[in-house]
Amino acid sequence: MKPITACAVASVFALNAADALSATAYVSNEKSNTISVVDLDRMEVTATIPVGQRPRGITLSLDKRYLYICASDEDHIEVLDLESMEVIRTLPSGPDPELFILSPDGTRLYVANEDDNMVSVLNLEAQAIETEIPVGVEPEGMGVSPDGKWLVNTSETTNMAHFIDTETLELSDSVLVDSRPRFAEFTPDGSQVWVSAEIGGTVSVIDTESRQIVQKIGFEIQGVRKEAIQPVGVRITADGSKAYVALGPANRVAVIDTETYEVEDYLLVGQRVWQLAFSPDNRLLVSTNGSSNDISVIDVQEGKVLKSITVGELPWGVAIR
Amino acid sequence: MPARTRQAVMLAASLISTAAIGCSLAFSRPAVAAETAQLAVRIAYIREDIDEPLPLSLVEVVAEDKGIAGARLAIDDNNTTGRFLGHGYELTELTLPAAGDFAPLLERMAADGTALIVADLTAERLIELADRPEAADSLIFNIRAEDDELRVTECRANVFHLIPSRAMKADALAQYLSFKRWSRWVLIYGARDGDRAFADALRRSAERFGATIVEERLYEFTAGSRRTDTGQQQVQRQMIELTQRLPEHDVLMVSDENEVFGEYLPYRTWDPRPVVGTQGLVPTAWHRSQEQWGGTQLQRRFEGAAGRWMLERDYAGWAAIRSVGEAVTRTGSADAAAIKDYILSEAFQLGGFKGVGLTFRPWNQQLRQPVLLASPLMLVSVSPQEGFLNPRTPLDTLGFDEPESECRLNQ
Repeated sequence: MKPITACAVASVFALNAADALSATAYVSNEKSNTISVVDLDRMEVTATIPVGQRPRGITLSLDKRYLYICASDEDHIEVLDLESMEVIRTLPSGPDPELFILSPDGTRLYVANEDDNMVSVLNLEAQAIETEIPVGVEPEGMGVSPDGKWLVNTSETTNMAHFIDTETLELSDSVLVDSRPRFAEFTPDGSQVWVSAEIGGTVSVIDTESRQIVQKIGFEIQGVRKEAIQPVGVRITADGSKAYVALGPANRVAVIDTETYEVEDYLLVGQRVWQLAFSPDNRLLVSTNGSSNDISVIDVQEGKVLKSITVGELPWGVAIR
Repeated sequence: MPARTRQAVMLAASLISTAAIGCSLAFSRPAVAAETAQLAVRIAYIREDIDEPLPLSLVEVVAEDKGIAGARLAIDDNNTTGRFLGHGYELTELTLPAAGDFAPLLERMAADGTALIVADLTAERLIELADRPEAADSLIFNIRAEDDELRVTECRANVFHLIPSRAMKADALAQYLSFKRWSRWVLIYGARDGDRAFADALRRSAERFGATIVEERLYEFTAGSRRTDTGQQQVQRQMIELTQRLPEHDVLMVSDENEVFGEYLPYRTWDPRPVVGTQGLVPTAWHRSQEQWGGTQLQRRFEGAAGRWMLERDYAGWAAIRSVGEAVTRTGSADAAAIKDYILSEAFQLGGFKGVGLTFRPWNQQLRQPVLLASPLMLVSVSPQEGFLNPRTPLDTLGFDEPESECRLNQ
């Protein structure tokens, strides 16, 4: 630990004055049916909230006051009030919701129903499903363009990224990607969608306009068998310069230069890393490590893993405010 | 729309065209309606009307549609994908009378232009089918016969194996027992061909993985009814006699493929030892308890469609048709030769819910796959076990690796 000089102390206080609250990470624990609340300043779990059966995808509301949780085995979405730390209501989601994404204007949740090959569109005001869109087999990944116009859903067994027009709620194009796509993430400027293929071992970069795959990124890690490199979660920094990919049982997060598509680094985290989330200021990146029951906190600037924190059993999703 | 109706509508509307979809499979324009398939993929499922041993346990399901139910699910899965590309898959279910002739079935298939066959046949019948001149340009997917000869000396260029061989299963079990250090086995095997064949595989595996078979015993009684009003006393006494005065051992290895006595062994043996092999702890391609790696989704879809648990042969039937689906989706061709080339290429990987992409061994066309080790209610382990190495892939530590097989289909 670096010696704290008077200068450093002063700047730390100044920083704290600017950030009123430290970042808090919420982690869904698929097996223990809980949400772990983690203070990212103190680097510790401050609360564990019991929720419904098999919580997986989670996402914050636009105003960050609520956490939406997919309770997959209960076939509904739970709404956790982050003040009271209580589940205040449930929302319909269609069967077996795995993952969802909030529309940029905060009015809709687009939900992937893994069991019946549908995407459900949940209107948050009406608290009702507007429509269901048939997609490929086992939908999971959900990405939405920054302008809200395009929704991309990936189907794990059909191996496609489906582009859905959010105005007409109709499927417009389906792009064939590598085996078992899990995640779709738009670049901040909306020009590309990055889609991970878990079994294929690649990330396909799709040009939003032309729907063509412009780059396929592969991974190679010394001492790690190719089959163990299984990309799942993808996150791109707010300035669009770097992409981070969780590589599953390879136990690493890849750091990619979005300009050159080169993998710059592999960061060793916990076991079976699947999902990632940035802190609001992009200074920290948190990964969920399912098999080691912990999360890893990464300093984005330094490119270093700061700490791993034990949460519940089989941590799946993470959302940070 | 129910799956069958959807299939029927597509059948009516589909063109018999093998026009390839353009080389840019990067996208398809606005989604094609299921009813207007531009590329029809015809697959036949052939089984023989022969008896199979009923499970000894009354709790086990007797499935009349073992294998075919998995094939039907894969057709549905393929059609869900096919919808976006204008591809339509259809399955023709053909039953051969016991010891019947293949000729009429092959004639019918030729008339339809069907060259893709899922074979639910014994090894002898499989070879017979594969060697028919009419089947020379077909692709036959073996989902039932586990005989090692088919992977070692009797390979055929037009046959692909989805079901694991006896050697793969024996190796999977032996690796786990090696990990547990349960290396002294007693082997009790039945008198019929399958029982003896699996016993052979187990002997080979024992040597490969450092186990010692301390004694072998043959069980010669014939199979009887699985359901009787009384009889527990008899069985109890019989099992004691069968297993008394054995040398020191760690596990009781049973080879009873014909469901005659194996299920009677657990908890009735003279020495308190776990029963493993064809009963007890069983190596299998699939089991209801397998929910890892997204397995839940497959289990649910299958149960929804078939009304029962997915069995091993269902999984093999599903994997066969999904392999075809992957090939057609990525090449845009339903031509048997194009499909064969693709599934043997580096590009092919099947997402089989076992954690790794599944591929075919080029020398004998056996699908490489993790093998599950399951007790009746639980998944216990998955082989290959950690630490068993192979230059190509750990999956090739199961079964006959290239140097060990006489087959060289890739040359």
